[in-house]
Amino acid sequence: MNHSLLMALLILSPFVGFLINGFRYKKHSANLAGVIATTAIAISFISAILLVIDVVAMPSEARKIAVTFFEWMAVDKFKINAGFVVDQISSIMILVITGVGTLIHLFSIGYMHHDKGAAKYFAYLNLFIFNMLLLVLGDSLLVMFVGWEGVGLCSYLLIGFWFTDKEKAAAGMKAFITNRVGDAAFLLGMFVLFMTFGTLNFSELNALAPTVAEASWLGAVTLGTLFLFIGATGKSAQIPLYVWLPDAMAGPTPVSALIHAATMVTAGVYMIVRLNPLFIMAPNTMMVIAIIGAATAVFAATIGMTQWDIKKVLAYSTVSQLGYMFLACGVGAFGAAMFHLMTHAFFKALMFLGSGSVIHAMHEEQDIRKMGGLKKYLPITHVTFLLGWLAIIGVPPFAGFFSKDEILAYAFNSPLGSPVLWVCGALGATLTAFYMTRLMALTFWGKSRVPSHVHPHESPALMTIPLIVLAVLSVVGGWIGIPHVIGEHLGHIPNVWEHWLHPVISPIPGWQAIDATTEWTLMGVSVGLATISAVVAYQFYVKSPETPKKIAESIKPVYNFVYNKYFVDEAYFGAIINPLVNLSRSTWYYVDVNFIDKMTYWAGDLMRGMGSMVRSTQTGNMQQYAMYIGIGVVVALSFVIMR
Amino acid sequence: MNTEIFSNIGLTHYLVLAALLFVTGMAGVLLRRNVIVLLMSIELMLNSVNLTFVAFSKFLGILDGHIMVFFVMTIAAAEAAVGLALAVSIFKRFNEVNIRFFEHLKG
Amino acid sequence: MILSSIVFLPLLFALIVAVWPKSNTIRHLALGLSVIEFLLSLALFQQFDPNSAGLQMVEKFMWIERFGIQYFMGIDGISLWLVLLTTFLTPIIILASWASISERVKGFHVALFVLQTAMLGTFLAMDAVFFYVFWELSLVPMYFMVGIWGGSRRIYATVKFFIYTMAGSVLMLVAIIYMMYLTQEATGQMSASLLDFYKLQIPFVGGTFFSLQTLLFFAFALAFAIKVPVFPLHTWLPDAHVEAPTPGSVILAGVMLKMGTYGFMRWVIPLFPEASEYWAWLFMLIGTVGIIYGALVAMVQPDVKKLVAYSSVSHMGYILLGLFAFNAYGMAGGLYQMLNHGISTGALFILIGMIYERTHSREISKYGGLAGVLPIFTIFFFIITLSSIAVPLTNGFVGEFLILLGTFKAEPVFAYFAISGVVLGAVYMLWMFKRVFFGEQGELVKDEHHPLHDLNAREIAVLVPMVIMVFWMGLFPNHFLNYSKASIDYLVNNRSNYNLTIVEPGATTVQQAQGDN
Repeated sequence: MNHSLLMALLILSPFVGFLINGFRYKKHSANLAGVIATTAIAISFISAILLVIDVVAMPSEARKIAVTFFEWMAVDKFKINAGFVVDQISSIMILVITGVGTLIHLFSIGYMHHDKGAAKYFAYLNLFIFNMLLLVLGDSLLVMFVGWEGVGLCSYLLIGFWFTDKEKAAAGMKAFITNRVGDAAFLLGMFVLFMTFGTLNFSELNALAPTVAEASWLGAVTLGTLFLFIGATGKSAQIPLYVWLPDAMAGPTPVSALIHAATMVTAGVYMIVRLNPLFIMAPNTMMVIAIIGAATAVFAATIGMTQWDIKKVLAYSTVSQLGYMFLACGVGAFGAAMFHLMTHAFFKALMFLGSGSVIHAMHEEQDIRKMGGLKKYLPITHVTFLLGWLAIIGVPPFAGFFSKDEILAYAFNSPLGSPVLWVCGALGATLTAFYMTRLMALTFWGKSRVPSHVHPHESPALMTIPLIVLAVLSVVGGWIGIPHVIGEHLGHIPNVWEHWLHPVISPIPGWQAIDATTEWTLMGVSVGLATISAVVAYQFYVKSPETPKKIAESIKPVYNFVYNKYFVDEAYFGAIINPLVNLSRSTWYYVDVNFIDKMTYWAGDLMRGMGSMVRSTQTGNMQQYAMYIGIGVVVALSFVIMR
Repeated sequence: MNTEIFSNIGLTHYLVLAALLFVTGMAGVLLRRNVIVLLMSIELMLNSVNLTFVAFSKFLGILDGHIMVFFVMTIAAAEAAVGLALAVSIFKRFNEVNIRFFEHLKG
Repeated sequence: MILSSIVFLPLLFALIVAVWPKSNTIRHLALGLSVIEFLLSLALFQQFDPNSAGLQMVEKFMWIERFGIQYFMGIDGISLWLVLLTTFLTPIIILASWASISERVKGFHVALFVLQTAMLGTFLAMDAVFFYVFWELSLVPMYFMVGIWGGSRRIYATVKFFIYTMAGSVLMLVAIIYMMYLTQEATGQMSASLLDFYKLQIPFVGGTFFSLQTLLFFAFALAFAIKVPVFPLHTWLPDAHVEAPTPGSVILAGVMLKMGTYGFMRWVIPLFPEASEYWAWLFMLIGTVGIIYGALVAMVQPDVKKLVAYSSVSHMGYILLGLFAFNAYGMAGGLYQMLNHGISTGALFILIGMIYERTHSREISKYGGLAGVLPIFTIFFFIITLSSIAVPLTNGFVGEFLILLGTFKAEPVFAYFAISGVVLGAVYMLWMFKRVFFGEQGELVKDEHHPLHDLNAREIAVLVPMVIMVFWMGLFPNHFLNYSKASIDYLVNNRSNYNLTIVEPGATTVQQAQGDN
């Protein structure tokens, strides 16, 4: 089939779905709306598969389908096409987005069954997919930015979906505005790059990149990539702009799975991988990315250990896992970042949907203190969640193991990495194993703490099928990227992933192959730590539920500090938002009303005062006027005569 | 005693007389409050001007001054007629001829 | 003759409306007439040559020979879109005011048509005195519009508006007269033609304020800056907007503010190239300050209309920033932002008017939860909000992006500060949106005695063209920019010896005919 037709179908089919459901916004039937929306995404998914098949058929160095629809903007030398590209990187993304997207749409039909705004919900969801596709397919930074802002917008709409709740509306606004901070930096990044390279087109930028390696902090490339990275911290919820993601859990759970786990939040990682030849030329930026990534991975994991809301735990886990991806980018392991992005999309979407299934079963209860022992009520959800758990804590041979292991290996061995980064990564993995086991234990295992009036029940097939599919993917998803050290013992399984991405990933300068012993050791240490930590957590929360409480009691100040998320939100409010509002109030009051307007009045009063001075001569007394005339005549005459 | 100044009346005499009349009239206009007196004072001023015109006309031998005087007299008559009519109607209405009172007529 | 008919037809319309005997069909009549005017202005495209930077469809007659004042009109890529914006908005305004203007309907429409003539004349006049006549004429109907159909403090607002604007234009008049004398000195024949003004070489001394070109520059710039309005001179705008009736606000924000920025493009920059370059930093500075200041102050406004008024200050700051970047990006972005602002802010005022007709309040704190009650209204408001905060694929993004790109190219420092407007813009609009549309239902929304009705067909018909324009301009900016490209490139590249040539009607067709041979 014609490529541009397929591309149009891929991109526009969700948009058409959005329009149809958008005009049906008043309809309550979730089934019809869901079918329309799911069909739209399925069409996209099929087009994506067809396109990727064509890409695979191409020779490995020239795998690229580029379609330009029209010239979007052209002013002087600034020319941007509405052009879209499917290559090695974006083909992974479109498959994940439309594939996982289809599953989540299916799940939503069941989940949103009772909601009156179902048509609206599905319209937003389709619009999101449309924007996400723009983001990943765009052939230039500006087209990517269109999708970049668009997904933020859909995220805003979906977080605030139940807008009558003030908190949820506020969470949506927080997400949009935090993202906007990043977007502003993204814009600056584009400006810097355009001024330096004269183009925003990815392939042109990447082609020009190898000529510009620079070590300074204020060079154009470093500055541009740093700005882009700040943009990425907004969208991908990294320190310091991560604060919106936990609040974003106010949206419907499938939304959290789709947007805030599998797709949108990975946009930052995708963008960096897209521009990897450029980023690798700016070692300072890479260092910043690695440090921020590692810090976020650990930081978010510690908060995750203390939360009681099932979705909040998963949200912090997402932040932490995104930290891993940035760590990978920062040490030059772009392929590993993409790998983790994909496996994370599988298992985190699975866990979010699983939590959705739990919440659905518990009648909108999200507090894990009121759960426990759900294993016997929700067998399918439990098994699938279990597989997701195994994947995320990195148990071989589940998907998460391979991707996380590759990142850690790079963090240790890459010239851009360091053992400290590896320690952070391993620590993060340990903490992840702890809080994820805690979540499993408190939700599914142990004694039931379910209130007596709630009767949990397994979700309908519409919801369990996507869970099963994602669970399978979480198990096998990692097998396409098996590292050589393991692969050669298992009958020379090739690392398909690495081969696939090889042509588009820049080599790390000064990279030396890691020797097998080190790699085995690193693998063993991280898996061992994770296992120990998982066992400890199991002991704590299943065997002796009193122990964690005692420990929390004994380190109460630290515990409270972490439990309250390090008071970051409060600090932002105290240091930025409130002062800003106060500044605005006082600007309005003192500058506008009391200074500028007062000046205006003062100028007016001056005129009036001058008028009233002259006014005293205007008495209306005719004889006085006659006198003025007389005096005037005398003065004028004497002036004439005297001269 | 040099009586020439009395017997041989020249232009200067007329002008001085006219000036005296004019000042008298002007003082009346500026100082008196009675509308009737005011109008009379204005007549006085106009007539002093007439006198000047006639004097110049006589001594320069040009008739222009005489013609001008006729104009002034006509206008003076018209003005007196309008002025007196106003004064009379105001007097009838308010029983008042004080000029200061006229200031309050507006609005 | 097309330009003259476009400019003066509304005046004829005003006359027809004034003598129209039936009071109940005045609105229909006015709507029909304004649509005719819009269709007529569309005919401009047929004759307009987008590849020429010169002045097209020129009409030129001597008016007052002794002073060289001419009846002189022409159009180029800069004024084309502003003319179309004016003619596009007028029918929409008439339709939008269908229900809100209930007293003195005839007078209102007469004022509107006179105002339309004045605005179109301002954009098309190419003679300084002729221009000044239209510039001042526009004040009169606006004065009545706010003063008669306005809110409770309307007299205060009108007087403030009038005096502010007059104060600026008086200086401009002095400068115009002075420049007419300069033409006499230079050529021996006094002329008020803009083209003759362009030819003047006015001596410029950098560093001193009291040099001829600098003084003339500031005399013009002040008049236009007040109209825009830029930061310290903006306080008339919120008052005028709050007191003006909906159509008055729409036309004020939509077109009249553009007269100021247009003045910068047509008059200030090409007439005083050295001075504008020398003082560009000042105007970029006040543009940047205006962006941030307007956004900050908008954030804390309790009144929705005042919020939008301050957001105008912020948006107009962008335009000024773009114009004084002196490159194609900034100029094109500035021109584009003029159109964007006309559409998005105009639509915002219309929307606010619609809700005001229902609740008679604009107090943000009294609203809340409107999204559940008025879904169609909410959708429209949201789309326009997106345009206002410059989300990609809406018109606002194209303008804002180009302006910031141009600013970054010219002076990165200002771009770094101005970019905060991107964030602050989202803050004040979305915060307002949240308080008005989300959350629990406010006291006005849940009032059981007066249940709110969603938009009717007429109101939807008002908004649909605006929304179409929002997306059209966002998706296909080239359709619009291509018409202005030649003029903007010429202005950017030939600032210091700017001289518009008059394109003879039919010149291009002749060339084409030759090409065929």
